Amino acid sequence: MSFQVSKVNDVTVIEVDGQLIVGNRNELKKEVLEKIELGEQTFVIDFANTAYIDSSGLGVLVSLSKKIREHGGELRLSSLSEDLRTLFELTKLDTLFRIAEDREQALEGF
Amino acid sequence: MSELTGGDLVLEIPTDIHSISGAVDYVLSRCSASEVSARKLNLNFRVGLTEALTNAMMYGNDHDPSKSVVIEVVMGRDHVQATVRDQGSGFDPRSVPDPTLPENLTRSYGRGLFLMRELLDELWFNDCGNEVTLILRAESCSTFEGGASA
Repeated sequence: MSFQVSKVNDVTVIEVDGQLIVGNRNELKKEVLEKIELGEQTFVIDFANTAYIDSSGLGVLVSLSKKIREHGGELRLSSLSEDLRTLFELTKLDTLFRIAEDREQALEGF
Repeated sequence: MSELTGGDLVLEIPTDIHSISGAVDYVLSRCSASEVSARKLNLNFRVGLTEALTNAMMYGNDHDPSKSVVIEVVMGRDHVQATVRDQGSGFDPRSVPDPTLPENLTRSYGRGLFLMRELLDELWFNDCGNEVTLILRAESCSTFEGGASA
């Protein structure tokens, strides 16, 4: 997995390339926690180029969402493939996250 | 990762969570002759096998690199089957709470076994709980319909 971080207005956008899985989830966690420490509050994680997320990856997203909310911010997700959306629906995490069709939609209203 | 004899494919891999993805990719590459669709292999079977290996290494073998995990794969015409065995003392799968209940939804762990149950057609544990067998059939009603009861 690799990820690219950019800033759109005041929103930190993170593109995840490859797989978000048990072997690399802590890289994403570290990146977001560092941004929170720097005062960033609003985040979009974009999965347009993500092939697969395992349960550990889902768990990291839940953990980060909680941490961001504790700091008064919000985490939104975008561009889930049909397969990835199925994983969120099965685990009911689609009720926990605001999931946008694409990055642009996720950025609306922040 | 070493390939052993017996079954259609038998692998022994050391406990290292970074090796899981490569091992799963390798197993899937060997399942292409099955009648199970590529999409089901790439979602249902990938998820099931990944979660089984993760549980085996993290909880079964407790991250101990001196311990290994054995995967035994059987490729039937109309199904694929994988048995994952760790060197731990096992666990009771009935003790794992439903992660979709409201009180568990914000937990950052505990979804692996649930996904296995949802996405595979059959899921069997041995008596002590350190070996799990996953079965995915070609003839499930839909791509995502599993529903193992174990």
